[in-house]
Amino acid sequence: MPLLEVKNLHVNVGGTEILKGVDLAVNEGEIHAIMGPNGSGKSTLAQTISGHPAFEVTDGDIVYGGESLLGKKPEERACAGIFLAFQYPVEIPGISNSLFMKSALNAIRRSRGLQELDAFEFLELIKEKANTVEMDEALLSRSVNSGFSGGEKKRNEILQMAVLEPRLGILDETDSGLDIDALRIVADGVNSLRAPHRAMIIVTHYQRLLNYIVPDFVHVLNGGRIVRSGGKELALELEEKGYSWLEEEALARS
Amino acid sequence: MPTANETIERLTSQDYKYGFVTEIEEDSVAPGLNEDIIRLISHKKGEPEWLLDWRLKAYRNWQTMEEPKWSNVTYPPIDYDAVVYYSAPKQIAKRPGSLEEVDPKLLETYERLGIPLRERGALAGVAVDAVFDSVSVATTFKAQLAKLGVIFCSFSEAVRDHPDLVRKYLGSVVPYADNYFAGLNSAVFSDGSFCYVPKGVRCPMELSTYFRINAAQTGQFERTLIIADEGAYVSYLEGCTAPMRDRNQLHAAVVELIALDNAQIKYSTVQNWYPGDKEGRGGIYNFVTKRGKCAGVNSKISWTQVETGSAITWKYPSCILLGDNSIGEFYSVALTNNYQQADTGTKMIHIGRNTRSTIVSKGISAGHGQNTYRGLVQVAKKAEGARNYSQCDSMLIGDQCGAHTFPYIDVRNPSGQVEHEACTSKIGEDQIFYCNQRGISTEDAVSMIVNGFCKQVFRELPMEFAVEAQKLLTVSLEGSVG
Ligand SMILES: Nc1ncnc2c1ncn2[C@@H]1O[C@H](COP(=O)(O)OP(=O)(O)OP(=O)(O)O)[C@@H](O)[C@H]1O
Ligand SMILES: [Mg+2]
Repeated sequence: MPLLEVKNLHVNVGGTEILKGVDLAVNEGEIHAIMGPNGSGKSTLAQTISGHPAFEVTDGDIVYGGESLLGKKPEERACAGIFLAFQYPVEIPGISNSLFMKSALNAIRRSRGLQELDAFEFLELIKEKANTVEMDEALLSRSVNSGFSGGEKKRNEILQMAVLEPRLGILDETDSGLDIDALRIVADGVNSLRAPHRAMIIVTHYQRLLNYIVPDFVHVLNGGRIVRSGGKELALELEEKGYSWLEEEALARS
Repeated sequence: MPTANETIERLTSQDYKYGFVTEIEEDSVAPGLNEDIIRLISHKKGEPEWLLDWRLKAYRNWQTMEEPKWSNVTYPPIDYDAVVYYSAPKQIAKRPGSLEEVDPKLLETYERLGIPLRERGALAGVAVDAVFDSVSVATTFKAQLAKLGVIFCSFSEAVRDHPDLVRKYLGSVVPYADNYFAGLNSAVFSDGSFCYVPKGVRCPMELSTYFRINAAQTGQFERTLIIADEGAYVSYLEGCTAPMRDRNQLHAAVVELIALDNAQIKYSTVQNWYPGDKEGRGGIYNFVTKRGKCAGVNSKISWTQVETGSAITWKYPSCILLGDNSIGEFYSVALTNNYQQADTGTKMIHIGRNTRSTIVSKGISAGHGQNTYRGLVQVAKKAEGARNYSQCDSMLIGDQCGAHTFPYIDVRNPSGQVEHEACTSKIGEDQIFYCNQRGISTEDAVSMIVNGFCKQVFRELPMEFAVEAQKLLTVSLEGSVG
C-alpha cells in the first residue's frame, strides 16, 4: 500500500478549478520530484495535501497511511507525519524560533502519546539539528522567520523538518533563492533524512537540485494535471526542451 | 471545513464568565445629577463640610465643561441624567462591624469572582478592599497592616479616620477641573480605596482593590488615593468586573498616586469590565483618569495595565516626574475584540532633572475591535538630562480590526533624549495555517503568539497576576474552545 495516494483530485480555489484530476502514488522510501510551469498547480497540490482551508476538494480523494485525509484538520495531518516546507515561509512576530519548534514537536509528541521534551532536552536536540543545516544559532532566538533572509527562511524550513522527522516531507521550491553553498546544505539535510520509512515530494523548477537529491520519479504538472511521469532522466529532458515540447506532444496525441 | 479566519472569529467571540447579577436589596438614589443628589450622597456618607464644598465646586465647574471629543472612539451621547449616582447594598449602608456581619450573598459574589474575602481563604500575601457598586464591602488584613503603620481602607473610612491626609492630597494630582470625567467623578464619587505607607516602610503584601458594578443603570465613580511617604514602597493591584447588561454603564474613576523622596509605587490593573456582546450591545464605558506624581527625588511610579474588558476604554495613566532623578514607567496591554474600542496610553511629564521614563504599549485588535495608542512625552525647559524610551506595538488578528498610534512629543530642553519605536504585526490565516501545519492547534497558536507579544508587559506584573492576565487574555481570545 502506498504511503500517499492522490486519486483523481479536483481542487477549487476562490471558485476556480486549479487541479483537474491529479493521480499520484508515493511509496515509503521514495522521492518524487514534481516539476511544471508557473501557475500549473504545484503549490496547490502541496497545500491541499497539508489541509490549507482555502483549497476546496471538489472531487477525488487523498489517502495517507490507508486513511482519507479529507475532513482532517491541518494539525491532525501534521501530527500524522505530514510536513510541508513552504514556498513562502510565514513570519510570526513575537515568538522565538526555538520556542515555536519546541511547541510543534511537543504537540506532535503529545498526539502520539509520547513524553514531551523539557527545555534542556529540546535545547540539546535543536543545537544538534541546527548544526546539520549549518544554521546560525542566533536565528533560533529570533522571532520565527521575522527578518530572515530568503535563504535563511528556506534553511529554517529544513531545520524544522529535521526536528519534526516527518513520514512524508513535501518541499515546495525549497531550492529557489538559495546560493550554491546553501543549496548543497539543504540537499544534504534532505538526503540525511532519506530513510526506508520516509517519503518525500520535491517541487522544483531546476534540474540542478535533482543532481544533489536524486529522485526515484519525476512528474510534470501542467494545467492542473500530471501530464508526464518518468525517471530522473525526465528532468534532464525537460531542462533541454522546456515544457512546450510536452504541450505539443499532448496536442499531437489528441 | 471552516477557514482559519472563521476559526479566529469563533475563538475571539468568547463568553464573559463574570456576567452574573447578585440579587441583593440595594439602597439607590433616583437617577439624575444635581446639587441635591450630591448633597444626598455626601450626607449618606456622613462627610465633613469641606468635602461637600469640594464636591459642589467640582460639580459647578463640571457644568461649564464639555465632554471631550478628541479621542478615537465613537458612542451615542451619554445621558448623565439617566445614571444612578449612588447605589449600595442595604445592609452595607448600615455599616457592618466585621466580616461575619457582611451579607453572605456578597461574600459569595466575591468567591465566585475568585476574590475570597475571608482572610483564612484569602490569597496569601494580598490584602483586598472590595468595592461593590458605590461602597466598599470589606477590607482584609487591615489589622496586620496597621501594625506597620500602613493605612489601607475604604475612601469613606479614610475621610472619617484620617481627614488630614485626605484633605492634603485629594485633588493634588488630579484637580477637579482637570478634565470632564475627573470633574464628574469629583462631584459624585462614592467610595474607593485609600492607602498610606509611612516613611521607610516597605509594604509586605500586595494591596488590592476589586471593583464590581452590580446594580443596573448605575455608574461607578470611585476614587483611589495612594501615598508613599519618604522611602516607602507599595505594590497595588486593581481588578474589576461587571454583569452582562444590554445597556451601557458608566465607570468614571480617578486614581491619584503620590510618591515622596525615594518612594516607589507600583500600580497594576487587570481591567475586565463587561465588554458588551458580539454585536456590540451593552458593556462598560470606562473613562478613567489615573495619574501619579513623583513628587520627591529618586521616586518611582510604575503603571502596568492589562485592559481586556469595557465597550470603550479611555484611559491614560500618567506620571508627573517632578523630583530630580525620578522615574516613570508605563507597561500596557490593551485588547479589543468584537466591537470594543480602546483609546489608551500615557503621559510622561518630565519636570525634574535627570528624570527617566519608559513606555511599552502592546495593542491587540481582533474582530471589529479598534485600538488606539495615544501618548505624550513632554520634557520641560528645566528638565536637564531627561530621557524617554517608548515602544508601541500593535497586533492585528484577522482583517476587520484596526490599530492606530498617536505619539505626541514635546521637548523643550535640548539635552532631552526621546526615542520612539513602533511596529505592527498581523496574525491572519497564513500564520495560523503555518502553525497548524507544524502540529499546533489554532487555539494554542493564538495564545502562544499573543502571549509572546505581551511578554514584556506580563513580566512587570506581580506573579499571581501575571498568570491571571495570561489566562484572561487567552480566554478573551479563545472562548470556551477545547
Ligand atoms: N488563494 C488563491 N486564490 C486565487 N487563486 C489562487 C490562489 N492560490 C493559487 N491560485 C491560483 O492557482 C493557480 C496555481 O497556483 P500554484 O501556486 O499552485 O502554482 P505553482 O505551480 O505552485 O506555481 P509557481 O511555480 O509559480 O510556484 C495560479 O493561477 C494561482 O494564481
Ligand atoms: Mg508554487
